[in-house]
Amino acid sequence: MAVISDQTARGAKPRDRAGGRTRARAGGLPLLLNAVSIGLGIAVWWALALAGLKLPTPPEVVAQAITLIGNGTLGKDVLASLTRVLIGFALGTAAAVPVGFLMGWYAVIRGLVEPWIQFFRTVPPLAIIPLAIVLMGIGEAPKIFVIFLAAFLACVISTFQGVVNVDRTLINAARVLGAKDAGIFARVVVPASTPFILVGMRVGLGSAWATLVAAELIAAQQGLGFRMQNAQLYYDLPTIFVGLISIGILGLLMDRVLLMAERKLTGWQERR
Amino acid sequence: MKISVQSVTKTFALGKDMFTALDEVSLDIADNEFITVVGPSGCGKSTLLNILAGLEEPTSGRALVDGVPVSGPGPERGVIFQQYALFPWLTVRKNVEFGLKTAGAGKAERRERAQHFIDLVGLGEFADALPKMLSGGMRQRCAIARAYAVNPSILLMDEPFGALDALTRVKLQEQLLDTWSQEQRTVMFITHDVDEAVFLANRVIVMAARPGRIYDVIDVDLPYPRSEDFRLSPEFAVLRNRVWHSVYHQDGRSSADSGTSLPSPATARS
Repeated sequence: MAVISDQTARGAKPRDRAGGRTRARAGGLPLLLNAVSIGLGIAVWWALALAGLKLPTPPEVVAQAITLIGNGTLGKDVLASLTRVLIGFALGTAAAVPVGFLMGWYAVIRGLVEPWIQFFRTVPPLAIIPLAIVLMGIGEAPKIFVIFLAAFLACVISTFQGVVNVDRTLINAARVLGAKDAGIFARVVVPASTPFILVGMRVGLGSAWATLVAAELIAAQQGLGFRMQNAQLYYDLPTIFVGLISIGILGLLMDRVLLMAERKLTGWQERR
Repeated sequence: MKISVQSVTKTFALGKDMFTALDEVSLDIADNEFITVVGPSGCGKSTLLNILAGLEEPTSGRALVDGVPVSGPGPERGVIFQQYALFPWLTVRKNVEFGLKTAGAGKAERRERAQHFIDLVGLGEFADALPKMLSGGMRQRCAIARAYAVNPSILLMDEPFGALDALTRVKLQEQLLDTWSQEQRTVMFITHDVDEAVFLANRVIVMAARPGRIYDVIDVDLPYPRSEDFRLSPEFAVLRNRVWHSVYHQDGRSSADSGTSLPSPATARS
């Protein structure tokens, strides 16, 4: 049979096209603008500090950061916070993905589980803290539990949405190609909902991180939130700044890692 | 008979009302026949195809394939959808291998068969590309290769070229006939394009809406292979006019025969 060469086929090989787009997006200008913006922000901060607002100057914060790193406090706090958030987030996601799939796949399970999820979704995880502390004491358990809850709720809804939104035509296409329920689930529903799950994981991670810091503000002996709370008692503004910046940077780094995973796993999507 | 549709009726609940998508439709299709089904929207042509595919069940009557009533989809009936329905996370090759994998074919066999059909539809260069990198015409060719790969004896095509531009459409029609002449199958091809219906088929089934029913059957008694010469021939024009009138003047035979009145907006929309 004659090969039909479409305009697109003749015009460019697929990889070239994709490559071109990536290059255009990752151009140097936005990066430069980002850097300029950060520089300006620090300059404004510095100016405000010098103008007599009760802010520490950037060098004071850097000096404090070096001290805290030097005596190991920052390292321990970061480790404590990260451990909590990662355990809570991992448990939350691990529970949310199967529950979300079951809800999307079986109407019965959806009917049984949905009211609880909808209810707990309207209760901020932080509002659970008093209850969790009473029931689980002041150790790690209540903190990890609220983080788990935050991550779980964000991720379960979006996994469920992903399963519900799987294109019927794709399921029909799999059926006419001979796939049975198990095959359709593993080979169509799971990959088709991956983008939703990853978005849910990102939202869940953000939510877990926010909950963590708040949980540590209330009851902890270690961690970034605790350190800031403690510094507040001593009017130690540079330490509070170090804590804030660490939280921001760590949150950003974790989000980037998930974003990279998302790009890698869902690069097949038409739009991004 | 390869396919036998026997007094199939299909009704849907539309709110409180019942909508009759198919009303006592009967149709026989012989082995290796290429039939096209054309008609206004709402005439039940897609419903008929879905019943044969096993994706929907008739309310009454039955559909037989090789003398056996259809129950659920099966590998002997390949379906090609208008929206391509390629798995976007799989490359062209993996898409074509999908049905072979379900059938339990080994890795080497899968690869070989997939390659054969990818080459057959002219996508060899794009075997490892993802669907998002392909044009509409290439996507549909990939879907055709995917359907062919599981070696169905019947191909059910639901407006497969409906979303393509006119040029690509003509090319794909010729290519489809080409593929069909190399690998004979019984084909049921749904379209709303009268030219396409006549060009491809050895029999055109015209359907009417409300209720969905077979309105007319027009034999296209002209030999294959068909090419551009056929498309521009007077015989083609005559048949095309017949089908056109049958599709667009369903309010009465008389107006269809006179051939002067314009199609009313209600029936022309499809």
